[in-house]
Amino acid sequence: MNVQSPPEKLTARDFATDQEVRWCPGCGDYAILKAVQNTLAQLEADPKSTVFVSGIGCAARFPYYMETYGFHTIHGRSPAVATGVKLSNPELDVWVVGGDGDMLSIGGNHTMHAIRRNIDLQILLFNNQIYGLTKGQYSPTSKIGTRSPSTPMGSIDNPVSAAQFALGVGGTFIARSSDILQKHLPEVLKRAHGHRGTSFVEIFQNCIVYNDGAFKHFTEKSVQDEMQIHVEHGQPLLFGKDKSKGLVLNTSEMRLEAVTLGENGITEADIAVHDETNRSLATMLAQMDPPTMPVALGVLYCESAPTYDASVHAQIEHARKDGEGDFTKLLHGGQTWTVE
Amino acid sequence: MSEVAAIDRPDENRQEIESAVVRFAGDSGDGMQLTGSHFTMTAAIEGNDLSTFPDFPAEIRAPAGTTFGVSAFQINFGARKIMTSGDQLDVLVAMNPAALITNLADVKPGGIVIADSGAFTDRNLTKAGYTESPLENDSLDGYRLVKIDMSRLTVEAVKEFGLSNKEGLRSKNMWALGLIYWMYGRKRQASIDWLKTKFAKMPEIADANIAALNAGHAFGETAEMPAELGTFEVERAQIEPGVYRTITGAESVSLGLLAGSQLAGLNISFCSYPITPASALLHQLARMKNFGVVTFQAEDEIAAATAALGASYAGSLGVTSSSGPGIALKMEAIGLAIGTELPMVIVNSQRAGPSTGLPTKTEQSDLYQAVFGRNADAPMPVISVSTPSDGYDVAIEAIRIATKYMTPVMVLTDGYITNASEPWLIPDPSTYERFDVEFRTDPENFHPFLRDEKTLARPWVKPGTPELMHRIGGIERSYDTGHISYDPDNHQKMTDVRAAKINGIADDIPEQEVEIGAAGGKLAVVGWGSTYGPINRAVTNMRDDGYDVSQIHLRYIWPLPRNLEELLKTYDQVLVAEMNTGQLRTLLRSEYLVPAEGLNKVNGKPFLIGELEDAIRARLEK
Ligand SMILES: Cc1ncc(C[n+]2csc(CCOP(=O)(O)OP(=O)(O)O)c2C)c(N)n1
Ligand code: SF4
Ligand SMILES: [Mg+2]
Repeated sequence: MNVQSPPEKLTARDFATDQEVRWCPGCGDYAILKAVQNTLAQLEADPKSTVFVSGIGCAARFPYYMETYGFHTIHGRSPAVATGVKLSNPELDVWVVGGDGDMLSIGGNHTMHAIRRNIDLQILLFNNQIYGLTKGQYSPTSKIGTRSPSTPMGSIDNPVSAAQFALGVGGTFIARSSDILQKHLPEVLKRAHGHRGTSFVEIFQNCIVYNDGAFKHFTEKSVQDEMQIHVEHGQPLLFGKDKSKGLVLNTSEMRLEAVTLGENGITEADIAVHDETNRSLATMLAQMDPPTMPVALGVLYCESAPTYDASVHAQIEHARKDGEGDFTKLLHGGQTWTVE
Repeated sequence: MSEVAAIDRPDENRQEIESAVVRFAGDSGDGMQLTGSHFTMTAAIEGNDLSTFPDFPAEIRAPAGTTFGVSAFQINFGARKIMTSGDQLDVLVAMNPAALITNLADVKPGGIVIADSGAFTDRNLTKAGYTESPLENDSLDGYRLVKIDMSRLTVEAVKEFGLSNKEGLRSKNMWALGLIYWMYGRKRQASIDWLKTKFAKMPEIADANIAALNAGHAFGETAEMPAELGTFEVERAQIEPGVYRTITGAESVSLGLLAGSQLAGLNISFCSYPITPASALLHQLARMKNFGVVTFQAEDEIAAATAALGASYAGSLGVTSSSGPGIALKMEAIGLAIGTELPMVIVNSQRAGPSTGLPTKTEQSDLYQAVFGRNADAPMPVISVSTPSDGYDVAIEAIRIATKYMTPVMVLTDGYITNASEPWLIPDPSTYERFDVEFRTDPENFHPFLRDEKTLARPWVKPGTPELMHRIGGIERSYDTGHISYDPDNHQKMTDVRAAKINGIADDIPEQEVEIGAAGGKLAVVGWGSTYGPINRAVTNMRDDGYDVSQIHLRYIWPLPRNLEELLKTYDQVLVAEMNTGQLRTLLRSEYLVPAEGLNKVNGKPFLIGELEDAIRARLEK
């Protein structure tokens, strides 16, 4: 691997390609693109060692707009393609981008296996709760009752929670953020990048054309303080205007409850402290839904564990510990005989 | 067969024969595969040419004694060139009634049937579907039947080693092997050595097996065998000098993949999902880690194909393998490889279908899938393996084409070749011409779909290369810039150039030769893949009998060799023999408008030489 460092510090703009961005005006994908470009600039990422892999969908157009290596593949398969990229060259910094349909419907299987193997990838799931590219059918994250061209009377199947899914299959890094959180999102992306293993980031993304306002019940200015909690490891789980609210762990019922400081004798000492190494807590946080509870954003879970790519190559190194294989010897394996 | 005559039969009286076909058949637990492989090893060491075919049950642990639990191993060995594992059996060793009832039809009239009478119990007879013992009525009158209570004799032979009855019976296969060794005048030493090494840690097991082997041999030697059975001598065959080993199709393909990647200067990333009969490749390559081979057991075939493609994108050689149903799942990814023009090798070990079909039975019915089975105009080279050892060269050739032309290549092999074995003159890897891949590193005037003027291949760039960052994907790419392009005229141009690139490979492969016979004549029998052996033998036999018939055998299915049309048109008749309902025939007819006829079968078994001879005769005598 070439260890030339780029001559001068790159800016976000250096990570943009000359290609015309083709998302609808006002699409949340623009903001995410900007946040990712900013993040890479801040991380001083090396464009030549960075690869973006995607499937198909509006979100999956992403690689065309990143001045790095990029592979726009087929619907649902990006985690598997990325697995091949990373196994082939573990020194590459591999990002995977896709929508909720791409990664949880047609590609749910690959997403599950990439996460459970803990291969060193950053998976960014742009969740707009709709199939954007195919013109607005409901998706596996759409709320029950979503009216769409394929569900004119409203969808009837239960949606999947991306974060709970990732926690359930043994993910080692699960985080959430939103397209409009331009300060929060790059911080989450940096943490994701720093984690060794599969970093799974669900980004709530507004599809202005087919599902506008899907997240406004917790993203609109008027409600965001009350309906979002930004979790941080080691910090009390506080939210609300002036951090006047918090989460307490009801140990007898094994669930989180939202409380107001000063009410019913609650003090800050009663508030649960976020421990991102606690999978049960992360699961409870991921389960929270407005209006009774705020949506948990930030790094819900992070644990360090061996990565699949490192283990694969460790086995190869182990097999070679007494030297590279001898091909002639392999050809002569088993019983041989000589014909004079 | 009644009396057992006790006479002395010294070795000099052995009847010399040119070749023989022996099948060991028994219960899955009887160790027939091991027995067969020992007999094979010894025949090879003693200088015979040979061909073998194992026939495993589809069920993993079928109930003992049932017909679907029968496992068999067939070997054809001779003093002449052996082309197939043999049409009909000279000797069937049947270790139980189920083995007899399922294999008897393949024994030639008057052939020898050796049965373990100790296993013909009422219970076993019923399980096999016999209402009375075939050893006791006249149903086997057309054969030379030898009934021996091998079970009892084995237990007696090993009793001194303190094994239980059940453990002792496990050596029954070695007893049978000893007897057949004696029949053909074979030395026991190689098997004895093997047993000693294999059971070095369990010497009593080694000793028991050796004792059983010796007892079986002694049983023949001490003339307890019926005299009219005879003993045989199969002389050494005329074989090219050199160092040999036996090789199965799975082994030759996996070794060829490794050899090819080394010739290209690449690491292999082999991504697969288990399926019969393709899994053997994954197992082989998983043990080649000391050569830097990455193997990945993916969650499904789609992941296997896409991970292989990702690996190729990242600069190693992505290889994936499966059989029919799994190949179907890979097709969208193969289309992406064709569109993005990345190298990749797909090995298809064909089996009988559609759907699950007959998973352990062979067929050649994926030719359409390989050549045509994708959405849109998506041409891809397809090459085929003809014999168990041929996989080595075919895999190397697949990698050469894939990397030189930046294209996926499908290798067609089949269940028969994968499991069958033959002796292989071990090649010297240094005699193969290298075809090192040159990755693009020069940023000057670069774009990802710039083409080499001659091959029309695009450059291969390893991510990590400075100043060559670029994006590729499934959306149509501009011929001039490599960027995505929705321009319809550009799509026409790109479709044309993709086709021209693959068609151009025809200039880079050998012209089609006539395998036996000559251009021009009354009849050409055309085949591809594993039908090579039987067609070769049948055409040779018929030519010896004065028939004007030639053999043409294709390795390259797509593109077809440049001269093939002209060559086929020199014959009055063209007969395409294949184990499907006529797929190559359709291809040849549609490409060349030749009136090719088909000889087709899909009963899960390779062609018999006799079937081919009959077909040739019918066409030349009409
Ligand atoms: C094999 C296959 N099936 C279906 C499609 C059609 N398709 C393209 S994108 C898409 C869904 C996109 O939804 P999502 O992944 O949520 O991405 P978004 O457009 O919302 O960003 C579908 C169904 C396809 N391209 N390939
Ligand atoms: S359809 Fe929706 S998700 Fe797709 S680009 Fe338009 S706004 Fe964005
Ligand atoms: Mg979506």
